[in-house]
Amino acid sequence: MDASVLPPGRVLPVVRAPAHVLSAPAVDVDPADAAVVQLAADLLATMDASPGCVGLAAPQVDVRWRVFCVDATAHRKTRTSHGRFVLVNPKLVEASRWEKGREGCLSVPDLTGDVKRATRVVMCGVTPGGEEVVVETDGFEARALQHELDHVDGLVFLDRVAGAHAVFPRKVYM
Amino acid sequence: MRLLAVTAIGHDRPGVIAAITGALAELGGNLEDSTMTILRGHFAMMLIVSAPAPPDAVERVLAPVGADLGLVVTVREVTAEASPGPVGGPHVLTVHGADRPGIVSAVTRLVADHGGNVTDLTTRLAGELYLLIAEVDLPPDTDVVELAGRLAGLAKELGVEASLRPAETDVL
Repeated sequence: MDASVLPPGRVLPVVRAPAHVLSAPAVDVDPADAAVVQLAADLLATMDASPGCVGLAAPQVDVRWRVFCVDATAHRKTRTSHGRFVLVNPKLVEASRWEKGREGCLSVPDLTGDVKRATRVVMCGVTPGGEEVVVETDGFEARALQHELDHVDGLVFLDRVAGAHAVFPRKVYM
Repeated sequence: MRLLAVTAIGHDRPGVIAAITGALAELGGNLEDSTMTILRGHFAMMLIVSAPAPPDAVERVLAPVGADLGLVVTVREVTAEASPGPVGGPHVLTVHGADRPGIVSAVTRLVADHGGNVTDLTTRLAGELYLLIAEVDLPPDTDVVELAGRLAGLAKELGVEASLRPAETDVL
């Protein structure tokens, strides 16, 4: 999952709800395709340029491909962390120990919401370039992975909030 | 004792709840269920109060208190309603998309036509994004998959997204 071998990334504009691209399931791609490798680099660059951002999925930069990046390293709630990485064609293998937690999203900048997620997950996929990987993680990184997997499935956190009083105006912008 | 429905809506500022509920307390009113929130900058409160005084007398006391605060206050007598209890499976319905008139009415009409009872509903307009979240009790014999399909079809007509899922009912 070494992101250092990627080409230089470009910071792309992030689309916001109600953009339709956020609600359409994305498609599997060839992880060795140069365009996919470039997108991986661009997602990382865009995530890095967005303060507080711990993950970004291709539909958020208007691309309907099953690619996302995550970096939960610096977050205070993170326990296990696999660093800064990109997952292509991700699939959820196992999910357990569900807990509610507060989520926000670059594509829904004005709202946050309480969402129940698995605190233990196993997710598989491939790296840009094509190496098969299995990510087994917990806590905040597990939440971030599920949030990003939802994006490539055409869902945002609003589709999973716990109830009518589980959405809040964002008070703090990172 | 009488059961009164009290509403107040208007300018938000510190002390509005203390002023309204203080006046009710002086009248011997006891707050039962209430909800108070801020809707697009306006303070809004709805209360069910048991009170010894008739509604017009309570409204006469509250009107000047409200007027001083920039609030419109109403008081009406209501009858005690038996709680229907759970009629079926609690579900959460989320609808989001570009704002346009008629989303709430169209969605809640479809839910009602399937016998669904909305027990709580909030909407928010955040920039161009309109969001509706409803908690809905569905009759036990509801074909949830079929209803979800109809909601998805309606959402497509409205140019929005809809998702229906069972509510989390686990408690500690």
